[in-house]
Amino acid sequence: MDKKDKIARRAEQEITPGQVVNLGIGIPTMIMKYLNHAKRVQIHSENGILGMRSHCSRQHADRNLIDAGGGYIDLDEGASFFDSSLSFSLIRGGRLDIAFLGALEISACGDLANWMIPGKYTPGIGGGMELAQKARRLVITTLHTDRKGNAKIIESCTLPLTAKACVDRVITDLAVIDVVNEQLQLVEMAHETTVDEIIAKTDAPIIVPEEPLPRF
Amino acid sequence: MKKINSFKEAVANVKDGQTVMVGGFGIPGTPIALIDALIEQGTRHLTVIKNEANIPKMGLSKLIEAGRVDRLITSHLGLNPSVLAMMNDKKIEVEFNPQGILAERIRCGGAGLLGFVTDIGIDTVLSKNKEIVSVEGQKGMLLPALRADVALIHAAVGDSLGNLIYAKSARNFNPVMATAADIVIAEVETLAASGSLEPDRIHTPSAFVDCVAEIETLSDEYGILEDYIFG
Repeated sequence: MDKKDKIARRAEQEITPGQVVNLGIGIPTMIMKYLNHAKRVQIHSENGILGMRSHCSRQHADRNLIDAGGGYIDLDEGASFFDSSLSFSLIRGGRLDIAFLGALEISACGDLANWMIPGKYTPGIGGGMELAQKARRLVITTLHTDRKGNAKIIESCTLPLTAKACVDRVITDLAVIDVVNEQLQLVEMAHETTVDEIIAKTDAPIIVPEEPLPRF
Repeated sequence: MKKINSFKEAVANVKDGQTVMVGGFGIPGTPIALIDALIEQGTRHLTVIKNEANIPKMGLSKLIEAGRVDRLITSHLGLNPSVLAMMNDKKIEVEFNPQGILAERIRCGGAGLLGFVTDIGIDTVLSKNKEIVSVEGQKGMLLPALRADVALIHAAVGDSLGNLIYAKSARNFNPVMATAADIVIAEVETLAASGSLEPDRIHTPSAFVDCVAEIETLSDEYGILEDYIFG
């Protein structure tokens, strides 16, 4: 299984029945593939949809129905449509139970940087700031290191922040790490890794419990 | 009052140097026929407010690529490398807003408010040069409302009075933009007889809309796009 698929499959377990969920672009969108529909969650999309189900085939595509990432979608029972202002009232007003986003950098105290690399990558902000700051729970899904092998989890962010102290949990191809009282805590490990590898690929102090950790 | 216009008459309201709001989130809800008519008219030096700039060679991107837009107030250009390249080459000035903040600034403009206070983006680069205020002990930024000279709207159904109904995810920014401009022009896929629309189903009431132009035939651009994602 591809590393990103493994992250998406593990991230799906964070979702509890009945939750209102937002899935960002990239690995978070892949969570839809693994979503257990018996949980009867409601997936929110920033462009004004609550109750999207999954990306659909070309045959079933509706020209008036895409998600915020530009994918044609189908709907769950009980779905609704609304305008962009109301869509963000849902987020800022505290009705979004959990959001999943990608990351460029995550700091030891849970700061997130994921929207720009000055001079290199400046596509704009989208809905990421509102999601990071206002979702009741924020889970980051990302590869543990970048393409060059540099740690993405670092002492403090060097890139412009999306939001301060917003991250609750990070799920990577190597580990599940919680931010607790502005400290990183290892809570689960991938089957093929070791504590030493995780520490070596994380550029911030990380608390490792003495008892054996669950594997995923 | 009769509000029905041809596309040519409708976009004659837009003058050089004006600020124009354009509805849509991706192709759904983007008033492509009005944009095409505006390109045809040759209007220049525009400031445009839109969530994104569509994808290269489509929708708003065509107006920008034609060099008609000096400034773009937007949220995300990740799907438009052409406009990003123009931004990097300083051929267009771009102001990025968080998406919900963009929507709320427009909503405030439409609601006759001067601005609002938010903590979104506080302690990030976005709070630079912003007025920081304290509301009941909480720190926030004072952000100004946004209005435009003209708003270009796409609706599924409209009537001759200007009542509008949107379809599915093509609603997005259209209802808020339809409240926030001095002249509001709506293109509609279906023009219904006056009085034939169910009052309960109307999303934008007629008082907000100045011109309605009926699309005769939807171009391919309104259809299913191969560039988008399928399951």
